[in-house]
Amino acid sequence: MGVVPVKKVAIVGVGQTSLKPFSPEVSYKELMYEAAVRAYEDVGINPRKDVDSFIGVSEDFWEGTSIFDEYLPDQIGGALRPVCTIGNEGLHGIATAAMQVKTGQFRVVAVESHSKVSEVVSPLSVMSLAFDPILNRPLNFNPHMIAGLEMSRFLYDSGVSREECAKVVAKNRASALKNPNAAYPAKIEVAEIMKSEDSFPPMKKLEMSAPADGALVFVVASEKRAKELTDNPIWIDGIGWMNDTPTLENRDWANARYAALAMKMASKQAGYGAQDVDLFEIDDTYAYKEIQHAGALGICDPLDYQDFEADGWAPVNPSGGSLGCGHLLDATGLLRLAEAVYQLRGTAGPRQIKDANRALVQSWRGVPTTSGAVALLSNDNGGDAR
Amino acid sequence: MRRVCVIGAGITKFMRRAKETGKELSFEAARMALDSAGMELKDIESVAEGTAPDAFDAMHMKAEYLSDGSGAFQKPYTRSYVGGGTGVFLGCHGWWHIASGMFDTCMVIGEEKMSSCFPHPQAAFLTIFDNFTERPLGPNLVWIFALEMNRYMTKHNIKKEDIALVSVKNHGNALDHPSAQLGMKITVDDVLKSETLAYPVQRLDISPTSDGAAAIILCSEEVAKKYTDNPVFIDGVGWHLDTAYWTDRDLYYPKYVEYAARMAYKMARIDNPRKQIDFAEPYDPFDYKELHHMEGLMLCGKGEAPKLTREGVTQRDGALPTCPSGGALGVGNPIAATGVMKLCELFWQLRGEAGRRQIKNNPRTGVAQAWGDLMQVGTVTVMRN
Repeated sequence: MGVVPVKKVAIVGVGQTSLKPFSPEVSYKELMYEAAVRAYEDVGINPRKDVDSFIGVSEDFWEGTSIFDEYLPDQIGGALRPVCTIGNEGLHGIATAAMQVKTGQFRVVAVESHSKVSEVVSPLSVMSLAFDPILNRPLNFNPHMIAGLEMSRFLYDSGVSREECAKVVAKNRASALKNPNAAYPAKIEVAEIMKSEDSFPPMKKLEMSAPADGALVFVVASEKRAKELTDNPIWIDGIGWMNDTPTLENRDWANARYAALAMKMASKQAGYGAQDVDLFEIDDTYAYKEIQHAGALGICDPLDYQDFEADGWAPVNPSGGSLGCGHLLDATGLLRLAEAVYQLRGTAGPRQIKDANRALVQSWRGVPTTSGAVALLSNDNGGDAR
Repeated sequence: MRRVCVIGAGITKFMRRAKETGKELSFEAARMALDSAGMELKDIESVAEGTAPDAFDAMHMKAEYLSDGSGAFQKPYTRSYVGGGTGVFLGCHGWWHIASGMFDTCMVIGEEKMSSCFPHPQAAFLTIFDNFTERPLGPNLVWIFALEMNRYMTKHNIKKEDIALVSVKNHGNALDHPSAQLGMKITVDDVLKSETLAYPVQRLDISPTSDGAAAIILCSEEVAKKYTDNPVFIDGVGWHLDTAYWTDRDLYYPKYVEYAARMAYKMARIDNPRKQIDFAEPYDPFDYKELHHMEGLMLCGKGEAPKLTREGVTQRDGALPTCPSGGALGVGNPIAATGVMKLCELFWQLRGEAGRRQIKNNPRTGVAQAWGDLMQVGTVTVMRN
């Protein structure tokens, strides 16, 4: 119908708040507003004129408000504009923006997600409500127990040791020391973690990422518009997202099939895979998940994870991951994505990885879901290398 | 831009209290849609789900729970929601899957199970209001829509009798819909004598609460050719969300619906909707909303919709049949599924497959619209044959 299809989509703006265990000084609206202002300033646009569509990523129960999309437009400049909410993970919101841009009908799309989890009176009760109401909920278990069970199965199946999972915690929390936005930076010895209390055996309490408050906004644009707006676009070369089964009873407890399938979809579009990138920002909601996801994404065999880490050809979670930065509910994937953008732009400060031209970002929606997404990104140099 | 085709539609019966789980309702609608398209689940590349508040069935991340019933096992799957506007928004949500070129096929499903919210889902709506400024007042939806209805009637000097005609028409039309929950022959007098809930809203002005699901199958033109000679096209989509501060709006006119319609009409190259649109499925959770939305969709001037209704223009045999399905008032209102029911109706009418509901003006272009949140969102999908 006369509209030129858009092949390439870029991230042209990113804005985020710092991440904190508590943020009583601001409302969720103020958090969103800060991230939005930073994102629009980052690329120098006026959302009232320059953004064609706005996407929020949120879930009602975390917000404590039904049909939460009502409260989305005002803080992000979207009132009386095309605004919608996606009830998935932040990276799904980016995928949605990419699809909208590719239709040729939208040149610039903004994506928002946030966590104000400190105001949730009982996060465990909210998580429990995600379980099947007939088959699972009556058993009345702590939702994190599912992660403990999965970890147990994963260790048994892969041969990975408990100590290797503890090493992930030490690494990520240490990396977060270099990230001024992180909520939980720390220097912890592996031995200390191993001695700490078990929460959901074999999982230690320290191996569970702690929740944090924060908001992120991204600005996504078509190739043509991206080149007008910035000298440093970060290209979304591939984006994939996938659901496996929601039932606990018949899923694959050892392997993150959703991540493997999402990766397949993304790499088919990008034309390159995990071995061709310079850094990884992947889900580490629980420490074992980083290793499990590394296996599913084709980064390395879980058993070789420590060798791969030691080799250091491509760092995993230089931001500090969820273990170091804090877990941001459905905004977690956007936090991983933000680090990838800073790294590919060369603006990651003390965390900057040399010659970072391509990145892999992956997210998971947490217990009890099997919903994951993967994005493969490059800067202009990463494009030239192809 | 790639043109997006609809090649199948499916729907469950809408009812007050379904014995099926949400997953089972979704499965039933999906199965019927696939069968009608002549497809199997393996032919579907992506799934777009819509379901409104999680509070109805106390299901956190409801779409994750519904995913296998909706056929999303090992498929790319997203859920969109814009409150009551979700159903017709699914036309937009599915549309960008195909129009982007990312997928050749997409199954679109709207599901709602309101009966789990016991004793009445109205309780869940208390939680949609602003935590600080509104919730302490204990408002509910009937309450705020009574304000809007009153404003609309006052501004244009509209009589309750004229609004009641919509309820009579839609409940009557639903008699011909096999999925309908409330098909019935009623009179204006019945409406005016029904129980007053919050003046001027009376019981028969309101759609019922319902359980149900509906689905459509979208695909690219190339794929459509393999399955049918008679595809229907989604030629325009639009949505707009206004500020959350609904108390700052003049409620007599839904400007956000007009903006959404303008967006969809521009895409569909419609510059004179009154001439170029043959029939409409505006959202009618309340009878006055059908009139309000006809005006927002620019199918008539502001305040003119009651006159068209009185003159019979919006009857199935009129010049502009409106809610030929029976609408939310007659077929039922399982929120997200209702909008998809309206998309199904466009599909069936444009294919000439609407059976006893078939409109006779040889329709070429139809528009479906939904509305929701705090009298705040308009979603529009335009289809052509």
